[in-house]
Amino acid sequence: MSEADHSSAYRREFLAEVEREVEGGTWVKMCMQCGVCAGSCPFGPHWEHSPQKIFMMIRAGQREAVLRSESMWLCTSCYNCVVRCPRQLPVTHIMHGLASYAQKLGLAPKLQATRDFSLQFWENCTRTGRVNEMRLTLGLYFREGLVAGFKQAWAMRTVAWGLLRAGRLNPAELVGGHRCADANGIKAMLAKAREIEARRKAQHGH
Amino acid sequence: MAEKNYAFYPGCSSQKGASAANYLTSVNAVCNKLALRLTAIPDWNCCGASISYAGGSELSRQVLNARNLALAEKHLPGQDVVATCAACWLAARETREQLVASEPLRADANEALEVAGLEYQGKAKVRHMVEVLIEDLGLETLAKPVVKALEGLKIAGYVGCQTNRPFGIAGESFENPQYLDRLIEAAGATALSDYDQKVTCCGGALAFTEPEKSQAQIKMIVESAYDQGADMIVTPCPLCQANVEVYQSQINEKQGTKLNMPVVYYSELLATAYGASAKEAGLDGHLIAPDKLIDAAEKR
Repeated sequence: MSEADHSSAYRREFLAEVEREVEGGTWVKMCMQCGVCAGSCPFGPHWEHSPQKIFMMIRAGQREAVLRSESMWLCTSCYNCVVRCPRQLPVTHIMHGLASYAQKLGLAPKLQATRDFSLQFWENCTRTGRVNEMRLTLGLYFREGLVAGFKQAWAMRTVAWGLLRAGRLNPAELVGGHRCADANGIKAMLAKAREIEARRKAQHGH
Repeated sequence: MAEKNYAFYPGCSSQKGASAANYLTSVNAVCNKLALRLTAIPDWNCCGASISYAGGSELSRQVLNARNLALAEKHLPGQDVVATCAACWLAARETREQLVASEPLRADANEALEVAGLEYQGKAKVRHMVEVLIEDLGLETLAKPVVKALEGLKIAGYVGCQTNRPFGIAGESFENPQYLDRLIEAAGATALSDYDQKVTCCGGALAFTEPEKSQAQIKMIVESAYDQGADMIVTPCPLCQANVEVYQSQINEKQGTKLNMPVVYYSELLATAYGASAKEAGLDGHLIAPDKLIDAAEKR
């Protein structure tokens, strides 16, 4: 189906899908297209589709274009749009929700750095219950392979050395690092949360 | 001064050897002076920050935060949870509001918490350290222990995003909050009230993944401080502090600028004014040394 399809049935279908599946999705229909979110975004000029446009595209049923968009991944979580929206839409949450849903469906842009970082951050902080900054940083640098990784690490050597001297970077974290005593309990608790979500989905499923 | 007790949520970045280790050092110095007793929530965990949305589901992220709140209720009953990190504060407070507002959601969260032997009752309140300073003590009380005048020190108060939005400090405007300037004045320094980039985003976690775009933001934040004649920038946020300080050398390398603006925490400023040594105030934890503050700390 082309994106220019304007059949009303399809339109409602994607909006309904967003309302059902995406955090804050029920707010999308309330957008009044004023553009304050677009004008308030620090990275706004770099977004291919501003939040304002994304909201209209959802209502226009442009499923592929929305879920494959890089735009949501440019959200810095600054919350400017949230506090300024005249209709109080949780714009930040909806952008995160759309990105997360696109990721779940496998539609998110594969080489998107923020997508990678977001996934790595979750993996990193839930492994021991605490963030390991050393692994997190190197994981990002080396995401495109060894050569790219060393190149990036080299480019950041002054910064790394400065942090090291200031006591704000600890290479020993690569082998050990801070952790929660009940890291296993945290893992079990998070697995349970996933299970509950799956159960809710099945209950309210269509 | 009567002692006040809080369930402390220090957050990952403040741990030993982590990117905001000196923030914790300076907060400890300030709290000792003000008789604020911080007891770390036993076995606290990461809040997931804002950036973990692609990996963590909605309930998973809420449960992660609920665990800290449940631990606080269990081990430190009746105490407010206090965070020093903007992201920790935001994530924990957001979870609290969501779980308190929805009974079904709280039931789901508690079903997951039960696996770890915990329960969240929705009691513990979540607050930021600057709320504690301003609301529980007040500016007059904060000014009392000042023994080192920081007179003439000109400071750009950089509030940033997440200490300011979406919750902010009660009674403050999102666009032009005043509390940081008042804290700077309580320490005896001069707040530059025309610092126009005070609530500009530094790029947050995207400083890692979108360096050019974030460094353009950071350049504005630093250049505006220079325009106002600032000796240094002061901020309440660990990620703002790191981003705005650390990437100045990168911007200089790429663009031939000569940015060299110190960026310190409000707590380093207060600790120094209260007579702490440079080390006790965390002033040794910088890439760009806050020389004027170090001078003040070393003056007997």
